[in-house]
Amino acid sequence: MEEVDVEPTTTPIPGIDSNQKHLGFVWGPGDILVYETIYKVSGGSAGGCPFVHEVRKDEDIYSPILRKLFNESHHIFVGLQRIREDLPSKNKKPQFVSISKNYRSVIRACMEELQQVAVSTQDAALATQYGNQVSILLAVELIWNLCEVLFIDAAPAGSLLLHLLDWVRLHKADVDEKAGEVLASESPAEHQAYWDVVISYVLQGRMDEARQVLVKQAALQPAARAMFKLLDNLLKKMPIFNPGETQTLTEFDVKWRHWREEVDRCLQDQSFASNPHLEIICKILVGDEDVLLEHKELLSTWYHFLVTRLLFSHPTVKSTELHYYAQSSMHMFLDTRSVPEPLDSILLAAFEFDIHQVIKDCSIALNNWWFVGHLTDLLDHCKLLQSHNLHFGSNLREFLLLEYASGLFTHHSLWQLAVDYFDHCPEFGRVYLELQIERVPLDTERKALKVIRICEQRQMPEQVRSICKIMAKKALRNNRLGSALSWSIRAKDAAFATLISERYLQEYCAKGTFSDLDLIDNLGPAMLLSDRLTFLGKYREFHRLYGEKRFSEAAKLLLSLMTAKIAPRSFWMTLLTDALPLLEQKEVIFSADQTHELMFCLEELTSWKSVPNPDRPMQDEDIETTKIELLRLALARNLAMAIVKEGTVEV
Amino acid sequence: MEGINAKYVSQKISKTRWRPVSSSSLQQPDIFATGSWDNEDNKISIWSIGENGVSSMDDEFEGDPQLVCEYKHNGDVLDLQFLDQDRIVTASSTGAVIIFRHHHNSQTLSVSKLWERAHHYPCDNAPCTGIVCNSPEIVTVGEDGRIILFRADQEGVLRTIENADSSTIHAVTFLRTTEILTVNSIGQLKLWDFRQQGNEPSQILSLTGDRVPLHCVDRHPNQQHIVATGGQDGMLCIWDVRQGNMPFSLMEAHSAEMWEVHFHPSNPDHLFSCSEDGSLLHWETSSNSDTPSFLQGGRNTSIISRSAIAPAGGNQSLISSWLTGDSSKGRLETTHMLPSQTLSVNSLDVLGQCLSGDLIRRITLLPVLSRMQM
Repeated sequence: MEEVDVEPTTTPIPGIDSNQKHLGFVWGPGDILVYETIYKVSGGSAGGCPFVHEVRKDEDIYSPILRKLFNESHHIFVGLQRIREDLPSKNKKPQFVSISKNYRSVIRACMEELQQVAVSTQDAALATQYGNQVSILLAVELIWNLCEVLFIDAAPAGSLLLHLLDWVRLHKADVDEKAGEVLASESPAEHQAYWDVVISYVLQGRMDEARQVLVKQAALQPAARAMFKLLDNLLKKMPIFNPGETQTLTEFDVKWRHWREEVDRCLQDQSFASNPHLEIICKILVGDEDVLLEHKELLSTWYHFLVTRLLFSHPTVKSTELHYYAQSSMHMFLDTRSVPEPLDSILLAAFEFDIHQVIKDCSIALNNWWFVGHLTDLLDHCKLLQSHNLHFGSNLREFLLLEYASGLFTHHSLWQLAVDYFDHCPEFGRVYLELQIERVPLDTERKALKVIRICEQRQMPEQVRSICKIMAKKALRNNRLGSALSWSIRAKDAAFATLISERYLQEYCAKGTFSDLDLIDNLGPAMLLSDRLTFLGKYREFHRLYGEKRFSEAAKLLLSLMTAKIAPRSFWMTLLTDALPLLEQKEVIFSADQTHELMFCLEELTSWKSVPNPDRPMQDEDIETTKIELLRLALARNLAMAIVKEGTVEV
Repeated sequence: MEGINAKYVSQKISKTRWRPVSSSSLQQPDIFATGSWDNEDNKISIWSIGENGVSSMDDEFEGDPQLVCEYKHNGDVLDLQFLDQDRIVTASSTGAVIIFRHHHNSQTLSVSKLWERAHHYPCDNAPCTGIVCNSPEIVTVGEDGRIILFRADQEGVLRTIENADSSTIHAVTFLRTTEILTVNSIGQLKLWDFRQQGNEPSQILSLTGDRVPLHCVDRHPNQQHIVATGGQDGMLCIWDVRQGNMPFSLMEAHSAEMWEVHFHPSNPDHLFSCSEDGSLLHWETSSNSDTPSFLQGGRNTSIISRSAIAPAGGNQSLISSWLTGDSSKGRLETTHMLPSQTLSVNSLDVLGQCLSGDLIRRITLLPVLSRMQM
């Protein structure tokens, strides 16, 4: 057995003391059911707990706000699968990046909505729950964004740092908030957070904004004007790589080195010695790591430190070198004693380009598969996961998507979304769908029709049959023979159609009339599904013909029902009795040949019936004998008339 | 397409209806109701797209529907109709028929009448599948094959036709004040006249042999004998109930179940249908040029004048363009109104003023809503 990656967490079940009681459980697709068992070798039943507990792994799926995340991302997911395989990869990259951004904007939208309700809700417990969800989404978006920069966009040196800066700016937006607060105050330059704001801007490489704020201070200190001017100039001149221009990376590098030497010179000259704040800024500009580390509060995270460090020391960093700086930054920033949080190790793994570690750690840290499923799918489309094979299931992408979709399928309403996910899992998706779709609870016919349509579109006749059969059974239980028959015709279920036809025939024998004529009269080719159904339809046709006084056609049909063995033997007596009024008509309807055949049928029936049935009461036996007598008489008379008629030569 | 407005509402919507606007006002419809299905707790909700709804002070773009109020609904909402300006009738999968009242002053909903288990089996509930209102009369149909006639102002049931159908009745519409038309799951249309006492339909129409279930039906607003139906195969059928028992024309439309079909109430040359395959179609028959048209004059004015006159009733001798034959293909135009989608469009409703451009914009909003936005 493999080692576990993390110790599993314990979920206490209210009302059950697991030290004293024993628990049994059953796996479900999404949840598990837990019940108390009585573990005794012998002895009577001690009062056990009468409850079955349902333990859910994933609560988020039931949140109405996160539900939008699932729905909207489903839409994006389907769009991603439609990107054509044969496009040159050069054309695909911008599409993948924009899809990645779409996913992130959905996360952001959910986050904002959650934040709003978290603030407005009165319930403290609910507010914390929303708060937790927000922080999870924040982390998820942070990781996703980094993956987008590093793996999907995979920007070359130069541009890479720009993307990383954007990443840090987006996730450390409180600077703008603070800046707004400072600038709105009466005298911004004297605000206690003033220098924090300036330095934060510099740390994020937002030089123009830093300069704008610095102007306020410069205006207050006319004496130091030259010094402010100098720093302003340095900030202004700081070269920023511009991927749109024709400038090469080497040119940029040379330019940047020049600028840095200039800053260095200013530092050597002690140009800013009289103002400690300006001196700190200047030291930041040369990338003084000690000074940077003094501003941990403002940086707040090691990855901010990393990006700032790169900005001022290695602006042309290549993606392959990132891991080295990332590791050292993390060690420098975090206390040696403190254990890195899961988020830290996930980000570090990303910087190390260990995609599988990122996915694995995320799977462990997050309580549902939404994030890893969608991210892995996107990375797989970018052809970044080819080399890796699992020793179970098919591949990583499919495995995660299947897990996610199975979770969705357990949801009361979201199961419809899961279908599309299964569709895009080439190896096992269909099997999963086949197993799950039959188990969707069906309350109404409309829902059943929707489920059947899903199956039909995917050529799953077994499942269609099974669902139709469920519906047919249900209709039969509710005594809706017509519906039951329609469903079994749709299921092409001959056995069930036979069963229902029997019921109709029994009903006819009991009541003497047919019910559901609208259905039986319009069976059409569906009649051929089962012999008994054919008989039902034909027998009803006989009654219609008889009713319309088309006697000879009716007689022919009646006879053929017996001679062609369509009618079950048990029904022959009824058919022969039906022939009686035809035989008693004034004109001859059955020809001599036909009468012979009828007589033959009657003899066959009586010889077959001659085996005495001990269960039958004598009275029934008597009626039967009388009937046969009557029939024989009628047949003989008809035969005589027919022979006379046929023998008469019309003049 | 322009003017599509989508919103995720965290529930699966099964039906949607505009609140009727009073015929005297020229005001655009701005309130609609939705009913949900397949949720753990189903709801009926009232939405507003006008300014007078909930505060729309922030920069939310115009037309974004705002929730006005909602109310718990027991069971799936299988059909939903406005009885009048402030009463809504719903059909529940529990077999209940419920009248809700929308209080405009307090913007709340309440149950004003409830017929529990109106549709039922001997020992179980039977879903009520369709409703049609002709205030104060309400007719409901269900999976139990019953047709029930209620009056909104009376407690009891006015009339029940037991065993009206051996299979499920999927939809119902009024032909005249005493006549209704039902469609069932074996492809039949049945005409019922409430003046007759028996439990037999006065006429049965069907597509021979096919037995394709029909899911929706709508009557031409001015010519009561023209009826459109949609079925499981996505085919649109136009029937003339006066003549024969065969459809007048059959048109291939959707690739899966057609869930709803509607004539435009004031501009009946336009028809709309939606389907399980995720499409919404706009059908337009342009009247034949050699047909004596009362619409002489400028092109622009024609549309306006037509819709202004049409509600006056079918007193014109004009033959309906729906019955001029489907042989000349050029006359019937269909337009897909939604970008391709995988999920079903469950419901649509048409209500609009005369200008057709505007009309399309208005209509589109609803189906989008009712689709994905689960």
